[in-house]
Amino acid sequence: MKTSKDCVNQNYLDFVAEISPKTNEKRSLLRAFWVGGFICSIGQGLRYFFQEVVGLTGDELASYVSIVLIFLGSLLTGLGVYDRIGKYAGGGSIVPITGFANSVVSPAMEFKTEGYIYGTAAKMFTVAGPIIVFGVSASVLVGLIYFVIYRIF
Amino acid sequence: MDILLMFLKVFAVGGAICTVAQLLINYTKLTSGKILVIFLLSGAVLQAFGLYQYIVDFGGSGATVPISGFGYLLSKGAMEGAKESLFKAITGGITAAGGGIASAIVFGYIFAVLFKSKSKKN
Repeated sequence: MKTSKDCVNQNYLDFVAEISPKTNEKRSLLRAFWVGGFICSIGQGLRYFFQEVVGLTGDELASYVSIVLIFLGSLLTGLGVYDRIGKYAGGGSIVPITGFANSVVSPAMEFKTEGYIYGTAAKMFTVAGPIIVFGVSASVLVGLIYFVIYRIF
Repeated sequence: MDILLMFLKVFAVGGAICTVAQLLINYTKLTSGKILVIFLLSGAVLQAFGLYQYIVDFGGSGATVPISGFGYLLSKGAMEGAKESLFKAITGGITAAGGGIASAIVFGYIFAVLFKSKSKKN
């Protein structure tokens, strides 16, 4: 019994090793680089558009670029396109702000069966929650430290 | 020509930041959520020391579109608010990042309700 079980396990492990996608490290880096760079270039294109055509400046300009990219990221996730980009590009699709939008929509769609409140609305924050918690906490901490520094010096 | 050079810089800086993330994926067991938090905090901390501004000045959207740019925006807003009052020191970060947070929540909810998950079809 024991030997046959071991044999099955070994065969199974060989099989898994055989069919597992071999991560070609150099290729994955190249893919992350060009897709990430491309998404950022779209952001820069939007920036020129809002600057030259619409005439926005400063913080408003930066915010509009983020809003449009988040819109596109959410839409493409809804259509199922972003997950395909993610499989190809890895880090190149996760780190841009579109990846943040993807991390909001993806679990929210997945858990829609649990309802629109405890499913969709709650699961939106499985990944985005930590980002908002740490981001907002860091910004409040930085603000307080700088407030003290400005008052002393 | 200037615009072309700018796009080249954006592509290089944005690509480089994403390549660092891919290195973390390849050589560590960090999940994508943890990588996002690490990048966000890196951007926030670098800007707290005034350093991320240099990357933004050089790389434009290549530095602001990645999630580290979101951290940069939060820190920058807080630092500008701190010059004015205690209240604005606390709210400045969220005010600066408000557009992004609001749109992620609103668009995120709308599209999650409108579309069905395709993960099972593949």
